[in-house]
Amino acid sequence: MSFATKSPWIIHYAATSCNGCDIEVLACLTPLYDVERFGIINSGNPKHADIFLVTGSVNEQNLPVIRQIYDQMLEPKVVVAIGICATSGGVFRECYNTYGGVDSAIPVDVYVPGCAARPQAIIDGVVTALGVLDAKSAAFAQSKKEAS
Amino acid sequence: MGKRTIIPFGPQHPVLPEPVHLDLVLEDEIVVAAIPQIGFVHRGLEKLVEKRDYNQFMYVAERICGICSFGHSLGYAQTIEALMDVEIPKRAEYLRVIWHELSRIHSHLLWLGLVADGFGYESLFMHTWRLRERVLDIFEKTTGGRVIFSACTVGGVVHDIENSELSGIVAVLDGLASEYAELSGAFLKDTSVNNRLVGVGVLTKEQAYDLSAVGPFGRASGLPYDIRSIGYGGYADLANFVPVTSPAGDSYARCEVRVKEVLASIEIIKELVAKIPAGEIAVAVKGAPAAGSQVVSRLEQPRGEAFYYAKGNGTKFLDRFRVRTPTSINIPGMVTALAGCQLADVPMIVLTIDPCISCTER
Ligand code: SF4
Repeated sequence: MSFATKSPWIIHYAATSCNGCDIEVLACLTPLYDVERFGIINSGNPKHADIFLVTGSVNEQNLPVIRQIYDQMLEPKVVVAIGICATSGGVFRECYNTYGGVDSAIPVDVYVPGCAARPQAIIDGVVTALGVLDAKSAAFAQSKKEAS
Repeated sequence: MGKRTIIPFGPQHPVLPEPVHLDLVLEDEIVVAAIPQIGFVHRGLEKLVEKRDYNQFMYVAERICGICSFGHSLGYAQTIEALMDVEIPKRAEYLRVIWHELSRIHSHLLWLGLVADGFGYESLFMHTWRLRERVLDIFEKTTGGRVIFSACTVGGVVHDIENSELSGIVAVLDGLASEYAELSGAFLKDTSVNNRLVGVGVLTKEQAYDLSAVGPFGRASGLPYDIRSIGYGGYADLANFVPVTSPAGDSYARCEVRVKEVLASIEIIKELVAKIPAGEIAVAVKGAPAAGSQVVSRLEQPRGEAFYYAKGNGTKFLDRFRVRTPTSINIPGMVTALAGCQLADVPMIVLTIDPCISCTER
């Protein structure tokens, strides 16, 4: 990918994250790592967002919240699971109140490993997500063309 | 009386990365009550002691919270050591306190940045987090981790820090302190910042006392309550420890306490670096906690007092492990401080207790 075709906006939700991955996501937005240089802006509104960053795993109470945010986002959209908790449940996978990774609630496109995931890895994940977003946009445009 | 409206706040909110939900009962723009709801982060890790032995559980305890991670690993280690009657080497105690105080600096800088974001001063947020990265660099150099270090173990610490490296850390902190002076000036003296902070979200000393507010939240209401003064671990060797307090009980006072605690932590680190003894950094711990043995221990997290309780049953698996964290005890205080405020001040007042929902719900 030589350049991004749009400036993707992200929305971030902390599921059962221990905060470790969350603060690393925030650190990505601040001067040292600065994902804003890819045109990425952190948005609070699901309808403005293209990329959904989730940290932490899924439990009984946040399952509907995750689904709701995901459903509100417009197509095309990409989900990035950040940290080993979001990937598989991590150290908490055997806890009675943990269902597992984010993919037990919604489809996930990119997995970023690490506990806590390092900012470099998160940025790598987001940039990978940009590629997925481009492919999805193309497929989406194609299907619209065929429908009309 | 105006019409009453209920506005839901969270668990996903742009200003507040923490998943807490509040039902805000409003009369026009004034919040008359805030009803909290938690549980979005509950994992049930206390029950995991049945599946992880006391050494493995160290890694789980550290992940109670990624911001106070070192504090929790220290609290857990301290509790198990007391349960098994282990005395750890002096050097390990000092190193623990040094990392713990560095964590306090990173946590307070993180909070100051978030609060700047909360009152809409974006560049102040960015600069505060830029400074915070220097502390994270120290963590990365000394332990390999940025937010989760796995540096504590039952019986001591895993990594030593060479004395030359310790003086390097002091030099970094000195550099940080001079840049920090400019930033803290913006928090404490800037008129537009003060307009957002002074008189907002007041918790009086009586209320703070009645609701057992802990940490900077309580100290900003004038309660001189800090567990570090009982002198656990390396704190016992400090020449003089005085908790930082401020009387007003508003958001400004909470800012002031944290701003000053960063400088106090730097002083503590300097004093301990000058005094640190040579020697071992860990003792081997064998066996298991005796059946029926139980221990309560506590320490001062960046957000306030945390309690730990552990009970042994003669095996390597604990019978029960329990944590009570500062945020859970501060929620009643937060709800009290919210009553009567303007809707627009809600995110900021919620931020001022420095909520750590992950700790609270475990
Ligand atoms: S992956 Fe590790 S750091 Fe990230 S939320 Fe989970 S326990 Fe915390």
